[in-house]
Amino acid sequence: MIEVKNLSKHYGEKKAVDDISFTIEDGIILGFLGPNGAGKSTTMNILTGYISATDGEVLINGANILEEPQKAKAQIGYLPEMPPLYMDMTVKEYLDFIFDLKKCKLVREQHIGKICELVKITDVYDRIIKNLSKGYKQRVGIAQALINNPPIIILDEPTVGLDPKQIVEIKNLIKHLGQKRTVILSSHILSEIQAVCDKVIIINKGKVAANDTAENISKAISSDHKLIVSVEGPKDDILKCIKGIKGVVSVEAGIEKEPKVFEYTIETEDKADIRRELFRRLSEKKWAILSLGTTELTLEDIFLKITMGEGIEIPTLKETPEAPANDNETKADVMEEQKSETADEEKTDGGDE
Amino acid sequence: MGAIFRREMNAFFTSPIAYVYFAVFNVFAGIFFFSYCIAAGTTDMSGIFINMFTILLFLIPVLTMKLLSEERKQKTDQCLLTSPVSLTGIVLGKYFAALCVFAISLITFLVYALVISAYAPLNWTVIAGNIVGLFLLGAAFISIGLFISGLTENQILAVIGTFVVLMLIFFSYLFVDSINNTLIKKIITAISFQSRYEKFTTGVFSITGMLFFVSVAVIFNFLAIRTLERRRWA
Repeated sequence: MIEVKNLSKHYGEKKAVDDISFTIEDGIILGFLGPNGAGKSTTMNILTGYISATDGEVLINGANILEEPQKAKAQIGYLPEMPPLYMDMTVKEYLDFIFDLKKCKLVREQHIGKICELVKITDVYDRIIKNLSKGYKQRVGIAQALINNPPIIILDEPTVGLDPKQIVEIKNLIKHLGQKRTVILSSHILSEIQAVCDKVIIINKGKVAANDTAENISKAISSDHKLIVSVEGPKDDILKCIKGIKGVVSVEAGIEKEPKVFEYTIETEDKADIRRELFRRLSEKKWAILSLGTTELTLEDIFLKITMGEGIEIPTLKETPEAPANDNETKADVMEEQKSETADEEKTDGGDE
Repeated sequence: MGAIFRREMNAFFTSPIAYVYFAVFNVFAGIFFFSYCIAAGTTDMSGIFINMFTILLFLIPVLTMKLLSEERKQKTDQCLLTSPVSLTGIVLGKYFAALCVFAISLITFLVYALVISAYAPLNWTVIAGNIVGLFLLGAAFISIGLFISGLTENQILAVIGTFVVLMLIFFSYLFVDSINNTLIKKIITAISFQSRYEKFTTGVFSITGMLFFVSVAVIFNFLAIRTLERRRWA
């Protein structure tokens, strides 16, 4: 288990990390998200003992990274943003060196061989690292983090600069690693984090902005409680029918998607689940429901909302309701909206420069 | 420490650094051997060792320039500093690797001594004292170079910085007689490398000289460790 207590790191006047605390349980894959300069890499560097914190403490399975550095570091395998590779060595020489550096007591050939097979670098085992492609260098970087079977693996942007095929392979590898170990992963590719991670910590301006599962954060951050439903039938009658359901705050008809099929956006009271009643009433009138979904946020939406929005607070969830059905179109709309907001802000920023 | 020592030794011999160092070292050692022993027709090798002091001023910076600076530049220090190895282990591993390469180059003088001994009787104790003296001088210089290499991530700055510091040490003592201020004069004499090294070249095995060079090596290795530690807190 990793415990981070009141961690701060100041570079002169700048607070790169500002009094953050969180706990990472064993055996989960944790996604570390945040815009550039948010303090992700600084936090990771402190967790691994590469740099020291200005204040606060880090405990790796009970070992303080400053007071018992060797004990704490022995439990971590770290791949920094730039793989720490010696370009003049062959993959074999390099992994042998790391094996010795980490004082690994396992059977050398067997252990290194297994890792090479796992990260698929067996075919470049005797080649000089300098001559390898970016993808292979990244894999060698992951291989060095796995030497000595550390229970905690920290990967700082492991897929940066890789092609889509390599990204999928690394993603599968991370999933595989997460079966037996705690994996902390930072990435800018949010879909990747969403697909791989059990939990997400979003860091913004040196503070933890969110710490939960992506699904829970999404639910907590959605201030509105809306349903999107496509129904075939007379528009005005349907509007009247929906308005009559208990718990409905407002309802609006949208575009005519098909002949006589309209999309209705229904806003409900907090915690009101009107889906069953809605189905009953519409089916009584023989108006067919063609789709029903909520305005669930993707991780990308959450990320943008937290990092772009001002002062958004994540309320604590007391209970996890059933996962709502997805509505891809709604998601796409929200994403588009968020993206255009981002683009607008970027334009403004660029203008300022 | 062992892993880092082996890695550095490997790096010395897979890059041109060790070969360039050996080549230049042997060229000058050979010139001095010819001038002071062969041409002069003597078995006294002191002349070679006196002049090797100046050669080390140029050569040691080459040996130490990338020891710590390159790690920082290539970000491989992240690998070392996040591994279960102490900072002392990292610094000493690198220090002993450079010292080992330097020690290998001193074998040349044993070969010269063997050549001379084939033709005339030789005072082996004096030769051994000279070699030990040069070894201790090199050990002190290497520690200074290692420390300066830890201050920058630029190899060129490291080599120039070390060279300038070693030259200052050399020239300050060279012109010590022309300094009027007694205090400065005392300080320069107290920290003089030449005065202590010269004793070895005259055949005197100086314990104080040995302690001085060992102390310099310990102090600068300690400073190199503190430099790494300081960077973590920066």
